[in-house]
Amino acid sequence: MIKQLVIMAAKLVSGSNIRWLGCAPIVRQRVYFANHTSNLDALVIWAALPPPIRDTTRPVAARDYWINSRVKLYLARQVFNAVLIERKKPTSHDNPLADMLQAMGQTHSLIIFPEGGRQADGELAPFKSGLFHLAKDRPEVEFVPVLVENLNRILPKGEFLPVPVLGSVTFGAPIKLEPGEPKNAFLERAQAAVKALNHL
Amino acid sequence: MTLQIDKSTCALVGGVVALLVTATLTGWILSAVTPKDKARGTIQNLNARVKAWWMMVALFGVAMATGGIGSVVLFGFTSFLALREFITLTPTRRGDHRTLFWVFFVIVPLQYYLIAIKWYGLFAILIPVYAFLFVPIRSALAGDCEHFLERTAKIQWGLMICVYCVSYVPALLSLDIPGYAHQNGKLMFYFVLVAQISDVLQYAWGKTLGKRKILPRVSPNKTWAGFLGGILCATLIGMGLWWATPFTPWQSAGMSLAITLMGFGGGLVMSAIKRDRGVKDYGQMIEGHGGVLDRIDSLCFAAPVFFHLTRFYFT
Repeated sequence: MIKQLVIMAAKLVSGSNIRWLGCAPIVRQRVYFANHTSNLDALVIWAALPPPIRDTTRPVAARDYWINSRVKLYLARQVFNAVLIERKKPTSHDNPLADMLQAMGQTHSLIIFPEGGRQADGELAPFKSGLFHLAKDRPEVEFVPVLVENLNRILPKGEFLPVPVLGSVTFGAPIKLEPGEPKNAFLERAQAAVKALNHL
Repeated sequence: MTLQIDKSTCALVGGVVALLVTATLTGWILSAVTPKDKARGTIQNLNARVKAWWMMVALFGVAMATGGIGSVVLFGFTSFLALREFITLTPTRRGDHRTLFWVFFVIVPLQYYLIAIKWYGLFAILIPVYAFLFVPIRSALAGDCEHFLERTAKIQWGLMICVYCVSYVPALLSLDIPGYAHQNGKLMFYFVLVAQISDVLQYAWGKTLGKRKILPRVSPNKTWAGFLGGILCATLIGMGLWWATPFTPWQSAGMSLAITLMGFGGGLVMSAIKRDRGVKDYGQMIEGHGGVLDRIDSLCFAAPVFFHLTRFYFT
């Protein structure tokens, strides 16, 4: 019930125009990686997925942001089943990569933001290496680039009241780690795949 | 607000429904007899448009049936959605965020509240005076000077077109026309019908006979045949509907001509903005038509002129 309300609210607030350009919305294990400009990103991408895919897809989010209020914690745990990771001080006990791999198991997909934080100006920052390690550990999984647009205008960093500009979510063609591909080459290719969706 | 539903109201509604039934049947027949080729896309678009028309007429009917207040709410939402499309296309900056919040959630509802309570003295100046001055003040307080005039002008323009101008449609219900008490619903229906049927007829004439384009760089779909045929036919239809209005047949023809010409101008201006921003439609909300703003561009420009002409000569 609350879940349905949250999904409806996310779609209403963002007025999202959802486009699947490079792959079909089917149930299979995927990592959706997206640009990050607003706290609404994870919620809006998650809500944009059709129900059967949504049920097995978990957004990866920063633990420090999502546990500091009971409402947020409730949303993260009960509504969108988020994978909360430590982004500030990862240790061998508190390793984001291990958490993500464990969360995926054999059935779940992930939504991740490889820039590591929200970008105030909307430009794409270089991707962090977590994406590469995920691809290396799970080579059979599809890595789908996602571009969210205008959400930083709906709810910019530091604001708490949303403005109803129309947002959009675009899903592109999956990429895979080539055998022997170096880390930086893969990360740059992944970043370019998100950027390329800008002009479609 | 009370609106009387009389014989001529029923005639207007019945006429529109009959027209849509004809259009729906024509669309079915056309799609059944046309072989699969280029023309098929046009017919599919035509059928989608007719379907959307049913929806819009139903919404409008409900709004009218609630005795006026429903119309204010309907056009209030229309303004909100149109402004949303407009601002989405406009590159505003971070410093405009709080201004936009005021614009969407305070100024839009306030304008329509003033329409609902029929406070002409304030609804006629709320946006051109108070919002006009408030918007730049609020943006300046945010402290971002980059492209300041441009950003401010765009927000003000969006407010004027999408909110102020559109609000003149339900404002027609507030006019006190001697000998026409409680019949203003018909006047509003007449206005929307003439403005929209002019769009439809321009489209129909343009698609069938149109060759020479008027301004291909601004609007590739506007042709001389579409313009002349559409305006002339819509004016004649408007003239034929004089019995539903406070006008004589010739006055009704003049009013319809003013509505259709302003509507044509509105379509042209809104196209120029779309071309400048490099998009075809303002949105995807209404199947076959594009966005809300694509559907109401002619209403925006015609409504204030029609309102003030009526107010000046007939009240």
